[in-house]
Amino acid sequence: MPETKRRKAWSLTTRSSPLPGFRLSMGFTLAYLTVIVLIPLTAILLHGTRMGFSAFLHTVTAPRVVASYRVTLGSAAAAALLSAAFGLLLAWVLARYDFPGKRIVDALVDLPFALPTAVAGISLTALYAGNGWIGRYLEPHGIHVAFTPLGIMMAMSFVGFPFVVRSVQPVLEDLDPAMEEAAASLGANVWQRFTRVIAPVAFPALLTGTALAFARAAGEYGSVIFIAGNMPMRTEITALLIVTKLEEFDYTGAAAIAVAMLALSFAIMLAVNLIQWRIQRKEGKRI
Amino acid sequence: MSGRANSSSALLRPSFGQRAGRVVLIAAALVFLAIFLFLPVAAVFAQAFSQGWTMYRDSIHQEDVLSALRLTGLVACIAVPLNVLFGISASWAITRFEFHGKSLLITLIDVPLAVSPVVAGLMYVEVFGLHGWLGPWLSDHNLHIIFAVPGIVLATIFVTFPFVARELIPFMQAQGSDEEVAAVVLGANGWSVFWRVTLPNIKWALLYGTILAASRSIGEFGAVSVVSGHIRGLTTTLPLEVEMLYNEYNFTAAFAAASLLTLAAIVTLVLKKSIESATGVHQHGQEKESES
Repeated sequence: MPETKRRKAWSLTTRSSPLPGFRLSMGFTLAYLTVIVLIPLTAILLHGTRMGFSAFLHTVTAPRVVASYRVTLGSAAAAALLSAAFGLLLAWVLARYDFPGKRIVDALVDLPFALPTAVAGISLTALYAGNGWIGRYLEPHGIHVAFTPLGIMMAMSFVGFPFVVRSVQPVLEDLDPAMEEAAASLGANVWQRFTRVIAPVAFPALLTGTALAFARAAGEYGSVIFIAGNMPMRTEITALLIVTKLEEFDYTGAAAIAVAMLALSFAIMLAVNLIQWRIQRKEGKRI
Repeated sequence: MSGRANSSSALLRPSFGQRAGRVVLIAAALVFLAIFLFLPVAAVFAQAFSQGWTMYRDSIHQEDVLSALRLTGLVACIAVPLNVLFGISASWAITRFEFHGKSLLITLIDVPLAVSPVVAGLMYVEVFGLHGWLGPWLSDHNLHIIFAVPGIVLATIFVTFPFVARELIPFMQAQGSDEEVAAVVLGANGWSVFWRVTLPNIKWALLYGTILAASRSIGEFGAVSVVSGHIRGLTTTLPLEVEMLYNEYNFTAAFAAASLLTLAAIVTLVLKKSIESATGVHQHGQEKESES
């Protein structure tokens, strides 16, 4: 039996290669992928939907759950916009200008990728709490960040903005200065050069980076739960609600909400792939 | 702007307004980074040392913190090598052969990046937990995966699953297989092609991906938190210990433990940057990888 299976895998190749190791590498890759990703994914999808459609709908649209979507998606959208604005600024400054310490700044942008989310969470909470380094200057003006949706947004922006920088920066660096020179020599001013030459190339990358930042923010847990305050209906994110359901031994409810979150994740992943695919097709046409 | 006779680059020579604009943009970017990145890191160390050096040392030398540190190291030592093996094997299959469904396979490798860490942890509860598919069988045989170390390892493998493969696939694709084909034509067998030709060529990209995977596996919180059960001294990794100390209002100890993780993150960044500038691997920083 395994022999025929292997043969089937072998016939998957569409062009023969002189190199060895296809069966071994493909076999291990598929087996590992199946055990680590596909089986657990199937398990949660089946468990989350086993209750039937109307019960599923009832679970994922309960008032407390819907409130958590509103908090999560609203904060994630605001965080994605903030990330887009500052990410674009940073990408531009890093791609176009030279200044002392640029290499350090470039390395620091990846800090949110490297810093454990729990550390980011407690640190941001300490900063924005009423007696914190930043909070103590905001609270007298009535701006409360810690334990409010604003704090959730700050934590989500922290983990999200590097996606924008790292998506946009290489595109700006690759942009041929000759194009801008040509535009300038034809009399285009700074604004026209930006909107007509740079923006069309950078926009798809900005969109990709913003979508990735949004996806990360919507699924974020560690950095948010400390600063959120976690009040049901007001500052409770969906990821935390799943954990709460688990702690109440409501495994089916947790799985159903997780399926709803997975649907959102995959929709964003699909959108990002479509954007990438369109960029590649455009570039293919140009060449 | 410039006159007709000037060279074309003079057209882009910045005017006073543009130079001022540049200074404003750089200053804005630096202020943003100072508030957004530098202050959180500084706050970790300020809080950790707020009660003095002795208190800091004592906080770290607690038995619970040390055992959390050991567990974090153990989990990384299992999860990272397995993902390295997977990354090499997947990128060999994908970049050296043509087969149907290749783009589907590449997309599936990215799935863990799109999944919320909490959902990732829950997936393993669905398979191995008491109410999961294998739960009854496992409990009959007295095997513990969820709320035990194997579950933590699995969750960590899941969240670090794509890192090595994502680093290697574009790199090996760009490199092509000419050298390997030449070696095979000259009579080398598969393993010696791999050890003598492929591995020396990909070693920096491999190291780069390994560092990203190790960094994430040390810092993972959400996925591990769901499967861990938070048993002190047994199933708490360092990030979970930080959470537990913090929730007990033991802030100094929480930030002391957090400072160790912050140091690990800084070391990661330095290593990454060194590899980038020394070898040209990942020069663009075009990662869409993430997160920790």
